[in-house]
Amino acid sequence: MTVAWAFDAILAATVLAVACWTMAIRDTFAAVVGFVAYGLLLALVWVRLTAPDVALTEAAIGGGLTGVLLLGAAARLRPAQAAAAAETPGLALRLVTGVGCALISAALAAAVLLLPDPAPSLAPAAVADLPAIGVGNPITGVLMAYRALDTLLETVVLLLGLIGVWSLTPDSFWGGVPGPQHPARTDDALVFLARLLPPVGIVIGVYLLWVGKDEPGGAFQGGALLAAMWLLAMMAGLAKAPPTSRRWLRLVLVAGPLVFLAIGLAGLALAGAFLAYPEAYAKPLIMIIEVAKMLSVAATLGLLVAGSPERTPSR
Amino acid sequence: MSATTLFALGASALVGLGLYGLTIHPEPLRKILAFNLLGGGVFLLFGVVARRGAAAGLLADPVPQAIVITGLVVAFAATALAVALLLRLFKETGQATLRADAPTRTGADGADP
Repeated sequence: MTVAWAFDAILAATVLAVACWTMAIRDTFAAVVGFVAYGLLLALVWVRLTAPDVALTEAAIGGGLTGVLLLGAAARLRPAQAAAAAETPGLALRLVTGVGCALISAALAAAVLLLPDPAPSLAPAAVADLPAIGVGNPITGVLMAYRALDTLLETVVLLLGLIGVWSLTPDSFWGGVPGPQHPARTDDALVFLARLLPPVGIVIGVYLLWVGKDEPGGAFQGGALLAAMWLLAMMAGLAKAPPTSRRWLRLVLVAGPLVFLAIGLAGLALAGAFLAYPEAYAKPLIMIIEVAKMLSVAATLGLLVAGSPERTPSR
Repeated sequence: MSATTLFALGASALVGLGLYGLTIHPEPLRKILAFNLLGGGVFLLFGVVARRGAAAGLLADPVPQAIVITGLVVAFAATALAVALLLRLFKETGQATLRADAPTRTGADGADP
């Protein structure tokens, strides 16, 4: 067959091989490294499935931020690893589980192969409104107009996740600084990287937001990149994590959902439905929501990786 | 076999693999990892369905793709919450295990910083 098909076959095989290795390797830290590689390979698969928006999100969040989060946890949980690993179930149970999981995989594969062939599609319905709201990227159109309620609830879920993480704070550290103290470094590669990358990363993040209305990109991808730059500066000791009791921080966190909700409610009066945009102002309103959402997403993602407060606020 | 079918089979295998890891690995962190791997497979199935739904001049149906973007962000929030729970458990008991009869920490081993 063609070169493209061979590439896809090799890609699929590599993803599976990396996934197997991630599951099989004994050391947890190594498994997390395998998972990051898996996330980046999945991003390539998304490109091959003609979904560049998803590929950007997968690379930034699925591979990048989840990787940082799990690597940090793996390093801190290392002392408990041996004791927990000793509880691995016996061969018979593993065999039975393996057979059961293989059957589930086979059933899923059969279900996908037996899907009806012209496949049902919501594409015409999703594309129909794009000219009216002045958005060229159908994904952004779906996120901001066709299924705007999902996106609004998602920003709320993100916030709820952070509230959940913060609520695990011991009483004595409530309102304190999240995550372990990163020692101030002066002369290693991480510091160099943390000085070099953020200016570029911030520009690319804002660019992703701005082109997101017409090209692959958007608030989540841009926000994830901004969060990564913030985390990089924090890990290198160049920026301090803010105490979670700061009012400006909490305002930034809720700005996205609040602006989204306010404009959605305004739609009730001005355009006749919740989350509807008056046609003449649809594009600027969507951009206002996207900007507020990106700031909130960046702050929330960064603080989710940073974790529960573990140090008292140094006021 | 088309490339989309190939990815559909791969995604199905990933779901099974993630489910196996989730069931078998005793370490909670490995379970979280396996759960994310499983999620990657499920999202990929959405991508296959989206690709099959190409219509209206688009290469793929944008609705499942947008839902996957939403799903990736929510999965990340859930993972962060799970990791925070696990780290708190470790801090309280000095162990990271889901065993019901796990002894709680009494000594100074792994005490708070």
